[in-house]
Amino acid sequence: MSAEQLAELSDLFVVAAVLLYLVAMIGFAIELAFGRARPGVAERSADGPLGAKKPVTVGAAAGDGEQGRDAATGLPADHVDAGGAAASEDDDGAVAAGGVAASQGDGGAPPSRAVARAGTAALALAWLGWAANLGAIATRGLAADRWPWGNMYEFVVAICFAAVTAFLVTQLRANVRFLGSFVMVTVALGLGLAVKAFYTTAGPVVPALDSYWIAIHVSAAIVASGLFIIAGVSGVLYLLRGDGLSRLPARADLERVAHRAIVLAFPVWTFAVIAGALWADRAWGRYWGWDPKEVWAFITWVAYAAYLHARVTAGWRGRSATIVQLVAFGCLLFNLIGVNIFFDGLHSYADVD
Amino acid sequence: MSVQELEKPRSPRPAGLGPVGWLRWGWRTLTSMRTALILLFLLALGSVPGSVVPQRGVEPDKVAALYEQNPTLAEWYDRFQLFEVFGSAWFAAVYLLLFASLVGCIVPRTATYLRELRRKPPAAPKRPARLPHSATFDGELTVEQAARRLRRMRFRVATGDGWVSAEKGYLRETGNLFFHVALLGILVAIGAGSLFGYRGNVLVVEGDGFANTVAAYDRFTPGSQVSAESLEPFSFQLADLKVSYQVTGDRKGQVLDYSAHLKVNDSPEAPARDYQLKVNEPLDVDGTQSYLIGNGYAPVFRVTDGKGQVAFEGPVPCLIEDKNTMTSGCVVKAPDAQPEQLGFLLRFLPTSVPLTDGSHASAFPGELNPEVQVLGAFSGDLGVRSGRPQSVYELAPPEVMKKLNPLLMASDTPKPLAVGQSVDLPGGVGKIEFIGVKEWITLQTAYDPGRVPALAAGGTAVVAIALSLMIRRRRVFVRIDAGKVEVGGLTRTEGSAAAFAEEFTDIVKVLAAGEKDVR
Ligand code: HEM
Repeated sequence: MSAEQLAELSDLFVVAAVLLYLVAMIGFAIELAFGRARPGVAERSADGPLGAKKPVTVGAAAGDGEQGRDAATGLPADHVDAGGAAASEDDDGAVAAGGVAASQGDGGAPPSRAVARAGTAALALAWLGWAANLGAIATRGLAADRWPWGNMYEFVVAICFAAVTAFLVTQLRANVRFLGSFVMVTVALGLGLAVKAFYTTAGPVVPALDSYWIAIHVSAAIVASGLFIIAGVSGVLYLLRGDGLSRLPARADLERVAHRAIVLAFPVWTFAVIAGALWADRAWGRYWGWDPKEVWAFITWVAYAAYLHARVTAGWRGRSATIVQLVAFGCLLFNLIGVNIFFDGLHSYADVD
Repeated sequence: MSVQELEKPRSPRPAGLGPVGWLRWGWRTLTSMRTALILLFLLALGSVPGSVVPQRGVEPDKVAALYEQNPTLAEWYDRFQLFEVFGSAWFAAVYLLLFASLVGCIVPRTATYLRELRRKPPAAPKRPARLPHSATFDGELTVEQAARRLRRMRFRVATGDGWVSAEKGYLRETGNLFFHVALLGILVAIGAGSLFGYRGNVLVVEGDGFANTVAAYDRFTPGSQVSAESLEPFSFQLADLKVSYQVTGDRKGQVLDYSAHLKVNDSPEAPARDYQLKVNEPLDVDGTQSYLIGNGYAPVFRVTDGKGQVAFEGPVPCLIEDKNTMTSGCVVKAPDAQPEQLGFLLRFLPTSVPLTDGSHASAFPGELNPEVQVLGAFSGDLGVRSGRPQSVYELAPPEVMKKLNPLLMASDTPKPLAVGQSVDLPGGVGKIEFIGVKEWITLQTAYDPGRVPALAAGGTAVVAIALSLMIRRRRVFVRIDAGKVEVGGLTRTEGSAAAFAEEFTDIVKVLAAGEKDVR
């Protein structure tokens, strides 16, 4: 296939990804809308402060009724007095390794099968969209014969891919379907913005970007950004939903998802910034020069560090920490988009006019 | 460190305490988590003007432009040191306070940590089953067996009469401490670099050489502890610069690669070696690095004066007026010309093409059809010997320009000169010949003794923060009473109880399984 054909194919893949994400969003939304309302704070807080014991009843939190897995852990049931530990194994493995607890049990009527099916279908569509997104990135890279994140368009497409990957991989290990429609709408908007506002034809990059460092530094930034998006989506929902009964996911769940995502993303972001400094040392003769992009990467980093501190500061958990997290997310987005548009610095490779 | 320990109530304000009391209160406030949080915010907030207001170190020309356009605003900016935010007193105040707070936080925590490292896990509670994670089962398990199995899972174990307690995940705190110390390390490395390092910029034309001395630089910014003798004594000659461009498609004219061929002498005695200097591949001579940061054209001219003598001959580096086509503006000064000094304003077109209106423009940045337009020729005192510093890119300051005698204007020579062509000046005062094209590069040479320590500290920070955030601190307690085994577990790490649940069930499984099942 010629480079032009590959480039065209890549553009088609992006459109397909947007459409698939949108349909998946509708599926997730149906599941959410016709499912049960949830209380503001998850009932079983396995995650409470140290030593705070909550009475746990076995099976009480038995999932959405769809996949209420047996609490048994492999041990003969009569050998295990399933306390908190074993109980947290239900909920479609909600509390499992991903570490994201989704305790949605509130004893309400189980949702209908059709609703559950909508959620499952949405998940399948999201995977398809993910594959199309991956295809778009791969064909773009082949068309341009380089790493496919050399300008803003490619960067945004890759970040959307990273966000969906983060969501789907988490979903493999823990039930975070309640986030599905919000993640899908975010990435669909992101891809739409990329196509509408940042589109550039596939081609070579300027010599400064023609380096293996792009694979290291930019990839790390993309992975971290994808995770930060998941945290940001959770944070916005957290603020939108009240404390009472709502069809939106429980606040405690949202907070946990956000915290997990940031805990994963922060070291990656730290690495991305340091790898960027290494590259700057190779390319520009200084590892740090307070170029606007560097300034905002630093601000973003400090803001997320502030979030991590806020989480362990008395009186800052919950709402305040979420606001800090969203401010940090705002800084991230500004660095991604605003800095490329409003400032010109050494990093102005965005190729946007 | 547990969450509760951090959530110490704010120290009450000392009522009627002496200066020592106030000091203690001040220190405790400074080292509190809340203060650290606020200082982190201030640090982020304080960085914002650093990207909004042009910075002297990054864009000196923009600062100068702001002074011209809006002197009042510029003065206010300057008053608050907004043109050098990251070197300003107030920014330093924020980060020094933050790091003071950090030290005040690290030192006691390190002490606690070291004590904890040596301490055995505490005795098991009476009823482990009441802990957040628990399980009970009947079995033949003995204290020794339980201890052995837990040790095999890399727990630190303490035993007593009928109980075992075990703990692991100390690396979390190690990571956290190393992370915070590494941040201090980065700060120190940056400080050392700015004291003992230097940076210099120089423009070199093809065929010319450069020796690393303070005088050879066009601009030199040393740290306060750098002496002129301490510069690495290397030198090189720029043999050739090759720039390749995209020639087709809608990215036509985009640079694909720069490669400058240098002949480098690492020291005055060392033999010359060849080096291909590229973007992303600096020349490294014993830690002093030279980077290719810019390039342009230096057309070669010969100026013959009214007496028929060569008053000037050589390349003149031109300023790029348009990056996409490398249209460049050049100035030729011939202060030695007789009977009058001569000066020229020229425009260099690397790929000259005629436009429909008869004028010419450059269509491509590469050197395909190089031509030179004479924009103006002047005679008179150029003021070169006035003692005032002059720019090589400017014929003369405006007040001197006014007194010059214009000989030719652009309209007099509509057709640009190709290589080998010349233009005679009216009145027989001389001529200018365009005899060839060379290229120039700009180099930045940097020596920063802090860069390797900064990298070491940065690398430590990444590894340490990953450990600190990924590792869980957790305890497991076992009580064995007449064949009934009670296991309880808790994680001392905020936010990870959920993930611990799974590990806990595995631990229970291992404990409950007979010896044969446990490898
Ligand atoms: C100056 C005073 C500082 C104090 C008192 C302080 C204190 C702490 C404490 C107690 C923790 C442990 C939280 C935990 O284990 O969960 C922590 C974690 C952390 N600190 Fe600091 N720190 C300070 C400065 C900084 C600075 C300047 C940064 C970087 C910008 C920073 C970044 C972090 C990060 C990323 C964590 C991990 C949070 C976590 O474990 O969830 N700290 N800090």
